[in-house]
Amino acid sequence: METVEITCPDQVFLDKLDRELKIEPKDWMPEPYRQTLIRQISQHAHSEIVGMLPEGNWITRAPSLKRKAILLAKVQDEAGHGLYLYAAAETLGISREKMYQQLHNGKAKYSSIFNYPTLSWADIGAIGWLVDGAAIMNQVPLCRNSYGPYARAMVRICKEESFHQRQGFEILLTLSRGTPQQRAMAQDAVNRWWWPSMMMFGPPDASSPHTQQSMRWKIKRFTNDELRQKFVDICAEQATILGFSLPDPLLKWNATTGHFDFGPINWDEFNQVINGNGPCNKERLDARRKAWDDGEWVREAAEAHAAKQKTKAAAA
Amino acid sequence: MHTDWPLWEVFIRSKQGLDHKHVGSLHAADAQMAIENARDVYTRRMEGVSIWVVQSSDIHASNPDDAESLYDPANDKAYRHPTFYDLPDELRHM
Ligand SMILES: [Fe+2]
Ligand SMILES: [Fe+2]
Repeated sequence: METVEITCPDQVFLDKLDRELKIEPKDWMPEPYRQTLIRQISQHAHSEIVGMLPEGNWITRAPSLKRKAILLAKVQDEAGHGLYLYAAAETLGISREKMYQQLHNGKAKYSSIFNYPTLSWADIGAIGWLVDGAAIMNQVPLCRNSYGPYARAMVRICKEESFHQRQGFEILLTLSRGTPQQRAMAQDAVNRWWWPSMMMFGPPDASSPHTQQSMRWKIKRFTNDELRQKFVDICAEQATILGFSLPDPLLKWNATTGHFDFGPINWDEFNQVINGNGPCNKERLDARRKAWDDGEWVREAAEAHAAKQKTKAAAA
Repeated sequence: MHTDWPLWEVFIRSKQGLDHKHVGSLHAADAQMAIENARDVYTRRMEGVSIWVVQSSDIHASNPDDAESLYDPANDKAYRHPTFYDLPDELRHM
């Protein structure tokens, strides 16, 4: 620092990253950094919003008032997460409307996991345990990412996520102590959600070309495979508390590596779902578009009301 | 054609006696709606006892490029801090 004069903005930027300083909206940043963040944060926001749909499906059919209140609170949290993230993305110069457009016209991606159906009440348990569990695994390191507004949004989100996972685990635990039918229903849900949850960490490192750049920019702190392995290690142990098996015949403790080995992931399925051919892609997008279109008159009315109040206030 | 509602910055007093602190932003048609939405989005777990909302376009911010000229001059005025003064250890209550 004493001998080198740092003048090039790119060097100032990299120097900040090296010193673990946050980049803030008005700071200079390289265009690819900005675009990477816009893509990642908006995809993340879309996932929170679309993620409300599979669970919302069970709000009216929750088995008790307590479970209904819990599920409502969880789904409402996910709406909040979407809003925090949209707001963070907007600080990078993209409008909210543009992001909605990208979601509604199918141009934007969201997590493939939300294109699977929720067939039984036990799915709500499996989603909480596995899907929110995988999300937390991804999200905790993001609290330390280099872009200030994104990191702050993630801190808020992570604080709220932990009950999501715990309530899911509790649902499965309750079912695991229930009738044989309830146990079978819960095992079936775990079987269906396990592999899609494993895919939530994204493609293997070898075919994830952006990972190195994202790690250099301190957007990512761990690779997809590192996080996936952590997830397997934790879930394999937690499954024994539930007394359920994970649907992977190759899942086995490896004393040499100190990790669980696991079987191959069906990346064909992942690519199919990402590219729009999952079981519920169409249903999810249709539901989002319908919600947006049906809300049009509400948005207009609110604007008209605001304009009227303004005129009134000016006249008074 | 519809365009986004204006953006609002949200400030929350987490408990009586503390300052309002910036927590995030949201879109709303007017101030009242901004406060109502802020309640739903930012105080679901008793995070606050009071909410301020300010339309983002009304906030004027310093330019990060000016940081050096704005804040550096204070760097060489260590005598503004109590630790600058070297006083005997036996001195009490000061
Ligand atoms: Fe979430
Ligand atoms: Fe969640």
